[in-house]
Amino acid sequence: MPAHELFRQEDLRFEVDIDPLIEALGDVLPPDGLIVHEAGRRAYECDGLAAYKQLPRLVAIPETIEQVQTILRLCRDNGVPVVSRGAGTSLSGGSLPHPQGLLLAMGKFNRIREIDRGRRLARVEPGVRNLAITEAAAPYGLYYAPDPSSQIACSIGGNVGENAGGVHCLKYGLTVHNVLAITVVTIDGELTTIGAEAPDSPGLDLLALMHGSEGMLGVVVEVTVKLLPEPLTKQVLMASFADVESGGHAVAGLIARGIIPGGLEMMDGAAIQAAEDFVHAGYDTAAAAILICELDGSEAEVADQMAAVDECLREHGATRIQVAADAAERARFWAGRKAAFPAVGRISPDYYCMDGTIPRRQLAYVLRRISEISQAEALETVNVFHAGDGNLHPLILFDGNQPGQLAAAERVGSEILQLCVEVGGTVTGEHGVGLEKINEMCVQFSNPEIEQFHRIKAAFDPDGLLNPGKAIPTLNRCAEFGRLHVHNGELPHPELERL
Amino acid sequence: MIDADQTAAFVEQVAAAIADDQPLTIEGSASKAFYGNPTQGRVVSTLDHRGIVNYEPTELVLTARAGTPIDEIEAALADKGQRLAFEPPHFNGGGSVGGMVAAGLSGPARPYAGAVRDMVLGIRLINGRAETMRFGGEVMKNVAGYDVARLNTGALGTLGIITEVSLKVLPAMPATATLRLAAAAGDCHRLSEQWLRAGRPLTGMLHDGDQLHVRFEGTASAVEDAQAALGGEVMEASDAAAFWQSIRDHRHAFFTADERPLWRLALPPGVDPADFGGSVLVDWSGQQLWLRGREDADALRAQAAAVGGSATLFRGELPGVAAFAPLDAVKERLHRHIKQAFDPHGVLNPGRLYPQAEVS
Repeated sequence: MPAHELFRQEDLRFEVDIDPLIEALGDVLPPDGLIVHEAGRRAYECDGLAAYKQLPRLVAIPETIEQVQTILRLCRDNGVPVVSRGAGTSLSGGSLPHPQGLLLAMGKFNRIREIDRGRRLARVEPGVRNLAITEAAAPYGLYYAPDPSSQIACSIGGNVGENAGGVHCLKYGLTVHNVLAITVVTIDGELTTIGAEAPDSPGLDLLALMHGSEGMLGVVVEVTVKLLPEPLTKQVLMASFADVESGGHAVAGLIARGIIPGGLEMMDGAAIQAAEDFVHAGYDTAAAAILICELDGSEAEVADQMAAVDECLREHGATRIQVAADAAERARFWAGRKAAFPAVGRISPDYYCMDGTIPRRQLAYVLRRISEISQAEALETVNVFHAGDGNLHPLILFDGNQPGQLAAAERVGSEILQLCVEVGGTVTGEHGVGLEKINEMCVQFSNPEIEQFHRIKAAFDPDGLLNPGKAIPTLNRCAEFGRLHVHNGELPHPELERL
Repeated sequence: MIDADQTAAFVEQVAAAIADDQPLTIEGSASKAFYGNPTQGRVVSTLDHRGIVNYEPTELVLTARAGTPIDEIEAALADKGQRLAFEPPHFNGGGSVGGMVAAGLSGPARPYAGAVRDMVLGIRLINGRAETMRFGGEVMKNVAGYDVARLNTGALGTLGIITEVSLKVLPAMPATATLRLAAAAGDCHRLSEQWLRAGRPLTGMLHDGDQLHVRFEGTASAVEDAQAALGGEVMEASDAAAFWQSIRDHRHAFFTADERPLWRLALPPGVDPADFGGSVLVDWSGQQLWLRGREDADALRAQAAAVGGSATLFRGELPGVAAFAPLDAVKERLHRHIKQAFDPHGVLNPGRLYPQAEVS
């Protein structure tokens, strides 16, 4: 990784004697449950953010909860960092191995333990794929609502770790709104269940705290999720706009009218063209922006809402509205949006996907600034985003074979994230901080806030062995990052000694 | 509308509490003072720290200072055709937004529309080190850092003084109807499942021991369809509104006509409330039971736990009985460590949530 210093010195403070650990784990795990040789470990050196690579010292593949407990206890006793990993689809380096640590691969925890159709819940192991839950629930007319774009591959344990989102989130919530309980193993090897099948359970909301904690507080070994009845009917329409700003106003208009669509996605002109060339969805390539809007509910509700949506979009200057005639056409309208990333992969040797959220009223300004920021580095960006909730995914196009372009793409990405904070948003809406956005955390949070995060971490993991160096920056890192990014002539964190 | 920022004064009060080793009791309108374990200390009142700081109807976000009355927020939302979907209780006619989040209590719509914790997007907080902090924000999707905003929802002020709250708000529904039907309380779950799967816009289901009260809210067509399909007796709109409010605010005779301790049971779907005996009011399609007349706390808690639920001594006192069901050893330790992480001097509402989990 050229431009990004992955781990800092303080993240590499562990003194690991790996041989005793290998020997102890050999007594616990089956022979194929422990990968020691480099060739085997190589398969785990990165997650969905392939630009960052790091070999783990050791890979453990447990099959039982008792094995997970023993592994964690042994790691604690030996002072060995542990990074847990499910399907490895994190886009922020969240499950990137630690150079001194053990990688805990949870892929064998892939059983659906129970689909309770009567009580509309599913009890699954953390390695179960997000889409597999819906597939198992479908025969009962049920589904699991949060649908990250990677849902065909990503695991539910990882969804908890990242508090994953998706196109249904505006109406149906994030992972945290759809998980009832999780069973976790602490770094001490203890097992506890957080949350309940009941609507709430006594004490602090540890269930919420665990969501999005990026594997820093415990290892999830079972997840109980809420299932929803499949909507009786769905309708998808697509509206073209002559500029992105009108599309943004149309979204605000819909919400002001009290309509919360099941999905509401926007693509800019470059994304429309790339997706149309790739999947031939019938997109309006003359449009500067298109909105894809899905409505769901009973026949009568959807009919009422369709009429209101149509009127609102026209009022806000939609130049063309297409309504999907049937399920096949609905799928086709969505196919382009869902294939937007691979479609962009066809027009550029490489792209870097960002993930910030902004207040939607800032959309036009932010898109203009994104364009200026990328032009300053002589790069292009393509924009697809969750229009309903302001979660942007600018794709920064670059060619990794051209010297300096990856570094330039990273600078553009960092500036975009800082822009999101500047307008009142956040550096990550759904991909997580991982290692990718850890510097930008220093822009979003003050020192006391970051220290409070570290104290929460220490409440669960006093020696800092779970996924060290991720998600929450050290103050040293922030001081260093601040030195590189002096804003308005003010030096951030003046109280810290300079390195 | 009063608009005032008292943050600096709160910081001073926390700093003084640390210096004097004197605990603080955080108080808004004190409408939920009965809830949780008793605490003591100098009162920090958030009542003058009020005002809606930001409200963007088209972004579904409202931010207000802690002392802002819930009434004031609901009025501002109603002006724009929006609402707090979780129907926060206004006990004794009061309630501030800070207390609403700190207590984490939701009304009759909770199982269908989400709980207060589901709608909290961000908070500003003063921790037990007298530091001001902000977590979360005003956007729907935000996974930067740990979810401290939701961790403080329902923490009863034991981790910090919540000074500002950002909430997800939702459109008010164009139409509503409440039906009264003859059904057994034990049928709540089965009926609500049947109706939800039929796409009925259910937002309330309560059995008062006599009749089932069902509320639908949605588009006019959906509400009319539900009404036509289910039959029963349609309540007058004003009676229906007053009825749900009396449940939400505990002004219904079930709550006012009895002096015995009031238990709240949170239960998994499909448990038969009749199993619990006593005098009960069955809310949330059977997932929330209000219960009187069971004084053996251990037996009640064991019975609730056996089916995967829990029992809270919501109002009233029983000798030697804590408000909240005990935690397992791991969670108790985590609670103790988290309390330490936010409030190392133990000055914030000590003991209100789990006195036993605060002993170092």
